[in-house]
Amino acid sequence: MSATFPPSVVALASPITDMENLDIRLRADASSRQVALRAIAFSVVWLLVGSAFGLIASFKLHMPDWLVSNPALTFGRIRSAHLNAMAYGWASSAMLGVSVWIIPRLVHTELRVPKAAEAGLYFWNIGMVLGIAGILAGYSDGLEWLEMPRYWADPFFVIGGGLVGLSLLSTIAVREVDHLYVSVWYIMAAFIWFPIIFVVGNWPTYSGVESAAVNWFYAHNALGLWLTPVCLAAAYYFIPKILGRPIYSYQLSLLGFWTLGFFYSLNGMHHLIGGPLPTWMITTSVVASGLMIIPVMAVGVNQHMTLNKRFGALRYSPTLRFIVFGSVAYTLVSLQGVFMAFREVNRLTHFTHVTVAHAHVGLYSFVTMIMFGSIYYILPRLLGREWVSEKLISWHFWTVGIGQIVYLVPLTVAGMFQGVAMADATSTWEAVVRAMLPGLIGRSIGGMLLTIGHCVFAWHVFLMFRGGKQKQGLRPFHEVAPIVTRRDKASFVAGGVK
Amino acid sequence: MTRIWLLLTGVLAIIIFATSLLVVIPNTMIGQVRIPTQLADYTAQQARGREVYVSEGCVYCHSQQVRDPVYTSDKERGWGPRATVPSDYVYDKPHQLGTMRTGPDLINIGVRQPSEQWHHVHLFNPRSLMSWSIMPAFPYLYTVRDSASIKAGEVFYSVPGGKLPAGKVIVPTADGDALVAYLKSLKRTYPVPTGDEPAARSIGGRSEHTMP
Repeated sequence: MSATFPPSVVALASPITDMENLDIRLRADASSRQVALRAIAFSVVWLLVGSAFGLIASFKLHMPDWLVSNPALTFGRIRSAHLNAMAYGWASSAMLGVSVWIIPRLVHTELRVPKAAEAGLYFWNIGMVLGIAGILAGYSDGLEWLEMPRYWADPFFVIGGGLVGLSLLSTIAVREVDHLYVSVWYIMAAFIWFPIIFVVGNWPTYSGVESAAVNWFYAHNALGLWLTPVCLAAAYYFIPKILGRPIYSYQLSLLGFWTLGFFYSLNGMHHLIGGPLPTWMITTSVVASGLMIIPVMAVGVNQHMTLNKRFGALRYSPTLRFIVFGSVAYTLVSLQGVFMAFREVNRLTHFTHVTVAHAHVGLYSFVTMIMFGSIYYILPRLLGREWVSEKLISWHFWTVGIGQIVYLVPLTVAGMFQGVAMADATSTWEAVVRAMLPGLIGRSIGGMLLTIGHCVFAWHVFLMFRGGKQKQGLRPFHEVAPIVTRRDKASFVAGGVK
Repeated sequence: MTRIWLLLTGVLAIIIFATSLLVVIPNTMIGQVRIPTQLADYTAQQARGREVYVSEGCVYCHSQQVRDPVYTSDKERGWGPRATVPSDYVYDKPHQLGTMRTGPDLINIGVRQPSEQWHHVHLFNPRSLMSWSIMPAFPYLYTVRDSASIKAGEVFYSVPGGKLPAGKVIVPTADGDALVAYLKSLKRTYPVPTGDEPAARSIGGRSEHTMP
């Protein structure tokens, strides 16, 4: 198998790991290459489409007379198109690619039934096209996170996700390692959970407050049992991989995994605090949200302690920089989420743009940044060539890094003012609207920066796929390299090594 | 972990437990909610208006719920005389409870704003009535006509605030009429139906929803 690889792939392999494992990785990568490459290509297209929808939606909130004559461009439709294009198009397609690439590497064998995985990816993306078209044409199902038409689009996601899951589970079943690494647990669980929650969420019989309960049961689990586990799996894979050191604690991995599943799955009703649901349901979710502190701290301590004293590596590896950004964001957004689920806080933040900003810390600063990092690592290995330009990677990182600050900070602050104004019954609605406006404008500016970053990234990915001339002599900056600490350096110098 | 079956069992157990607790059990409980006598089902036109409300995504800026007055200012704002309860929503499919208030709550908009004219002019262009509004305009729910072309018996509205040239008026499309019919139907001001009091819904009769 390895003979089919261009020599550059071999050259890219890690210099400090043994050659036996190198052969395993090459076989694994060869088996997942086609599916993973296509998944990444699709995901980047959705990233651009979703950015355009997001920008239009954001501008419309402070330019309400812009693009109003066409119903497909009205705020309510464009906003849903943005959410769905990003969560299911960009993040999920990228996650399908990352999952089929990581699992064979971790279980030391080739991806099984890759045709099923590939068909699953196509099904998924056909569903996306139909779903977005349905929303823009006005056929939304009317439930947040479940807008894509139930009968035309949604079956494609169940079949698509199921087929990729089948391929992954078949691969895990014939594994050639005894121990299942923590990333395998998370990915396996996510691919079992997703079809179940998606079918439950889309079940057509609910009405009234049941419909609301099922809506938020699904919507919170889409984050907690689908996006989060796959992204944590990627972080658990890449952080130790790039640093060349094992994960900090196996016990914390176990604790974090099981408590995430158990508590996260009960969180959904905190989106309905104060609403017309049985009190015990909301209380259950508030308690489960508080208990989220356990998996969040377990995962946070585990991942951050793995990085501890190796921060220098962040300068060196773009993958690590994006992944660690995402991993830290996961800790922060989850703690923020715990806090926002408490009734006294929720009383002010519910129904405000604080929630929108919070959702973007999750979906962007955590999920999207981890997927960027993963693609920076995977693509060179599958295409057999190094990234074309360090500068483009820098531009990407800093535009989206600064873009997130410009997006999130004003929107959160304005959302707080909005909440305070709403809680004060004597303040007029005009005052409420004026309180949120600076945040809405800040978001548009931040959104433009993010979109510039996405265009830079997409261009770079395009250059990679196109191939062509490569600059020689680039340092292999995605690879493991011994990071020299000051003390090490002193001893090197003392030993006469330069 | 080395055992796949253990992992599979645990993962399935988690999702079965959560689904039972938050979907199946509530489904059987809430399924027993009685239909309030004062609440009528939507007429065909109101139901069509609700479809327009859903497809235009009104829910992304407007909630449809009044929360506990002990705990929020919803009642003081005049959004409703009481917190809404499950039976208020028996005819709502899909629900439109909402999670964002870029605009005000609408569950009692039919009481607060009964004027058809106001709704039509506001939907055509919210800034014709409130210069600071950031709500989208919905001109495609209307046809703009010469006032001279209006026949006897036709319903039309003129738009203030310089949003239309002189001599032009708007005539609602069927969707525009339906949406306003739906908005006008949003009224949940009758007393809480027996058996659906917040205290009756909580465990042990204690509830944060206890009304003053």
